[in-house]
Amino acid sequence: MKKDIFKIDNQIFKSRLIVGTGKYKSFKETAQAIKASGADMVTVAVRRVNILDKKKPLLTDFLNPKKIKYLPNTAGCFNSDEALRTLRLAREMGGWKMVKLEVLGDKKTLYPDMIETLKATKVLVREGFKVLVYCSDDPLLAKELEYLGASAIMPLASPIGSGLGIQNKINLSLIIKNSKVPTIVDAGIGTSSDATIAMEMGCDAVLVNSAIANAKNSILMAESFKNAVLSGRQAFLAGRMQKLFYAEASSSSKGLI
Amino acid sequence: MKVSILNILIMAKIQLNGSKLELKNKHTLLMLLKKYKIDNKKIAIELNGKIINRNKFKTVYLKNKDKIEIVHFIGGG
Repeated sequence: MKKDIFKIDNQIFKSRLIVGTGKYKSFKETAQAIKASGADMVTVAVRRVNILDKKKPLLTDFLNPKKIKYLPNTAGCFNSDEALRTLRLAREMGGWKMVKLEVLGDKKTLYPDMIETLKATKVLVREGFKVLVYCSDDPLLAKELEYLGASAIMPLASPIGSGLGIQNKINLSLIIKNSKVPTIVDAGIGTSSDATIAMEMGCDAVLVNSAIANAKNSILMAESFKNAVLSGRQAFLAGRMQKLFYAEASSSSKGLI
Repeated sequence: MKVSILNILIMAKIQLNGSKLELKNKHTLLMLLKKYKIDNKKIAIELNGKIINRNKFKTVYLKNKDKIEIVHFIGGG
């Protein structure tokens, strides 16, 4: 069998699980969970340095950006200009060209504002960014992002942090089927089986944050996700059996006494 | 050019990450970072809406009414 390689914009990743670094109780726990997840790319947010608290620990002290790939995001941005400003600063910080764009449209659902998202994608691609785009699960808009030059399409499974799992399998299947760039399910994954389902459907990767960080034992959950993503991918590659309406005996009736 | 040098010497009222601040001496961006014990390799600076390249931290002086944003990476999804 051909080796199964996961690539985004010609960059090879060992893991098909991308992990968010928010919501953990401490940076120590973040680092432990990420290690257990086997992820080689993590999302990070850009925020003001707390100038009053000089002793505050830094994420970079616990997760070395030279050892694990940082994927800067635009969480909290509600228009194209805010997102562009954030990602330009992120690029300045460490030369990051690969970024996660998310432009939110509504505070309650954190649903993406696709008009602003399309606008920002266009500019970022022009400026040489490799853009992974958080988007709605609309197949036409996902295709439009691909046309604009997005490096990966990241449709939501359900609202960010909701843990509701994949709510629209049909749309997600259409996006996967039509996309020439990787499809990464982002947002709404609640537990490992959700990730397995996404991978079985043919998603190229999943991005998980809350489901790991909010678990009672985040480190164990991180390991569970590692296995779930692997398992789902293997099932996808293996090709599942056909569903039948009636039973089909597993034991042969030949020689029955 | 004398005018600009004089401007540098005047105490500057600046805004740093949303907080108002008064600088008694002339400061470069690098001096400002040192003052707050911020590692210049782990941050990015925006001065009056414009990103300043790390190589210029040493040479860019702060002036009155400057707005500075110093950002870094934190945990996020």
